[in-house]
Amino acid sequence: MTIALSTQGLCRSFGAVKGADNITVEFTAGTVVALIGTNGAGKTTFLNLVTGYLKPDSGSVLLGERNITGMEPRDITRLGVARSFQIPQLFDQLTVDENLEVAEIIARHASTASQTKELARVRALALERFGLVPQRDQLAKTLPGGARKLLDIAMAVVSHPSVLVLDEPTSGVSAEEKESVVETVIELARGLNAMTLFVEHDMEVVAQYADRVLAFFEGRIIADGTAAEVLDAPEVRRLIVGTALGADGHA
Amino acid sequence: MPQRMLAGLSVLVAILAAAPWWMPPWMLFIASGALAKGMAALGLMLLLRGGLVSFGHALYFGIGAYAAGLLVLSGITEFLVLAVLGTLATLVLALILGAFVSRYRGIFFGLLSMALSMVFYGLLIKLQSLGSSDGFNLGGIHLLSIPMQGTAGQVPTYLMTLVLSVLAAIGIDQFLRSRYGLLTKALRDNELRVEYLGQSVRQLVLLNYIIAAGLAGLAGVLSAVAVGHIGPEMAYWTTSGEFVFMVILGGLGHVAAAFVGAGVLSAVQAVAYAVAPNSWQFIVGASLLACIVFLPEGLWSLLKRFGRRA
Amino acid sequence: MSEAVAIFLDGSIYAAWLFLVAVGLTLVYGVMKIVNVAHGATYTVGAYAAVSLCGAWAAGGGNEWGIYLPLVLAAPVVGLILGPILERLFLRPLRDEEETVLMLVTYALFLILEDSVKFIWGVDPYFLSEPYLLPGGIDIFDLTYPVYNFGMLIAATVVGVGLAWFLSKSKSGRIVRAVIHDREVAMAMGANVDRIYLAVFSFGCALAALGGALTAPTVSVIPSMGVEVIVLAFAVVVIGGMGSIIGALLGALLVGFVRAMAVHLLPEAELFIIYLVMATVLLVRPSGLFAPAEARKI
Repeated sequence: MTIALSTQGLCRSFGAVKGADNITVEFTAGTVVALIGTNGAGKTTFLNLVTGYLKPDSGSVLLGERNITGMEPRDITRLGVARSFQIPQLFDQLTVDENLEVAEIIARHASTASQTKELARVRALALERFGLVPQRDQLAKTLPGGARKLLDIAMAVVSHPSVLVLDEPTSGVSAEEKESVVETVIELARGLNAMTLFVEHDMEVVAQYADRVLAFFEGRIIADGTAAEVLDAPEVRRLIVGTALGADGHA
Repeated sequence: MPQRMLAGLSVLVAILAAAPWWMPPWMLFIASGALAKGMAALGLMLLLRGGLVSFGHALYFGIGAYAAGLLVLSGITEFLVLAVLGTLATLVLALILGAFVSRYRGIFFGLLSMALSMVFYGLLIKLQSLGSSDGFNLGGIHLLSIPMQGTAGQVPTYLMTLVLSVLAAIGIDQFLRSRYGLLTKALRDNELRVEYLGQSVRQLVLLNYIIAAGLAGLAGVLSAVAVGHIGPEMAYWTTSGEFVFMVILGGLGHVAAAFVGAGVLSAVQAVAYAVAPNSWQFIVGASLLACIVFLPEGLWSLLKRFGRRA
Repeated sequence: MSEAVAIFLDGSIYAAWLFLVAVGLTLVYGVMKIVNVAHGATYTVGAYAAVSLCGAWAAGGGNEWGIYLPLVLAAPVVGLILGPILERLFLRPLRDEEETVLMLVTYALFLILEDSVKFIWGVDPYFLSEPYLLPGGIDIFDLTYPVYNFGMLIAATVVGVGLAWFLSKSKSGRIVRAVIHDREVAMAMGANVDRIYLAVFSFGCALAALGGALTAPTVSVIPSMGVEVIVLAFAVVVIGGMGSIIGALLGALLVGFVRAMAVHLLPEAELFIIYLVMATVLLVRPSGLFAPAEARKI
């Protein structure tokens, strides 16, 4: 059971607000972990801290055995942590194919010769599995919301990362497309044995796809376990899930 | 490259190569200058494709020219040496300055590049030893045993400028078709994503910056040889403005566009000087505005459209 | 000793001139986020307008000392004519373009205006020496200083204080300050950005024209006089902080004194030292040495 990613006493404040309050957690390779919590609870802060977008005030982030605390995002990516964005960050003036090619070119810089063939394979796989083949020669800016999200994630996946960080992979995706997006992404991630961390507000999605769920509140992890365990936990029900449980299972 | 475009460009180059036989000397002189400036504009185009607008590109144009000038003053008149050392000087300076400058974007990059060119200009203007605002003449330059100045040198200089321009165009075209070209395009589109995919944006910017500078430097050397005179105005902000205008006029669509822009501007300037010397800035300014508003992709987009319909 | 005094006086006078020339530029950038290259051309038009107005005054038998009236009036005249034309016709339609594109647009306008000046006034230089010579000179130590230059110092002070009062005390001034700080919030609170832009730009033109008008008596008025001035104005504005009036003042003082020292102590450095400072500031503290505090955006 290898530890793909871990943090120790991770702290980060924004003025008086504690974005991350002494977070210590370990993630096993190949698992799919969902982060839940209300807005401002610290989920995105946590993602930003492990991907290098933010530097912690104290504490450390380890990728496997390696201390990546304070490293630049691009160096962290090159070590195998890829991320997707809440608002898809695409190259709008390039075609879908070119978007993926850019991702592959950059990933190739960081990999060995034997890995480059693998990158091409993963890229083709992502293109196919995410249903982007028909649009491969279209400019990214012409893609509808769901496809934009998928392309954003596909670009992250191309580098065959050991850790895949997805920031709200279903936000902006229509209700009909939601399940297929998540299913496609998780399936591909599992196929690549990437440890997947994703922020999600839809509890049904969480229940169905996550191996493990972390519930955040005011910068701390207040619950950690299987989906069933966490979603039923009293503090979680009170603070996150139960406050305004709609028919569709949204917090 | 589509067949028709390749054919069209080959014809154009052939016509230009035959120029010594059909152009009168005064036109050949202007053509040499236009090609040299087109090379500088080509470098600027590369920067613009990466999303950076430099208002101080003339710095490297001036450095190249003055490097050649200093070499000539110290007795070196072999063109190959001037070209190589002049370009080398700009590359080295660009590496040093680029390390700092590559951190900036947008208007700050523009103003910083302008400031640096004005530092150089300010230095030149006050240096009596280099002729201050008058500059000085360069004479006796030759390529091996072929003269490159005076009446005998006009044709060799023109042909050399043409050859180097074509080589530069081909080189940059290849660069743009390579993965660096795609990365440059991506850079202009979404820097954040490029960085998050694992590529240092600064490195990419620096690479383009150095190449652009080198082209401007070589262009400066060629200009110095062709005109036989260098002066601080070569590094002035209005010269930088000319290069920007050439790129806007030609558009970013193709390497040849930079030369189209240079050619058109030089032609307009030549005609305007002769016919309406106090209106040419008006014409240039109005054309710049027209381009920005109506032809944001430059004349090249017009040529492409025309070519497609024909 | 007299050298130090000379440096101090030269520096102050040059700083005053720089402030006059640069303050309009920084104001326009602060409010509209436009780097207005045409500022240099408005400066030139102001100089020419001063020549014409003063010429008409003298020809009309106006009082000798009254010549300062048309001299100064050139500013609002130019501001009220050129300002609205440039802002409405060229800047407003293109308002959503990038900063660099707008800068190119103003560069195009600069070129157009420069030749327009030639159309109207011709290419030969004009001289407007009466306002400059009239007050005579004053001896300080062993050097004679034209009193006019001290007049410019006073003018710069008046403009600076007036602007500072307007921005901090008057209601419109506070609205303008709100727009400088955060345009979107100001709009959300009901500020009529269109009208403010028109007013501020025209005012900026008037300030540029004032700079030109007050400079006219000290130089030969030629169509290209704005070319050198605009880059100097950029330097001052960048050094002080783009969009900051105080910055323009302090930037002007810094550049003024640095240049005065160079002129007296190391003449070769006179020009490049200014741009070296500009480049250094951009490298070390791009927002300028005295930039306004950026509103913290969440």
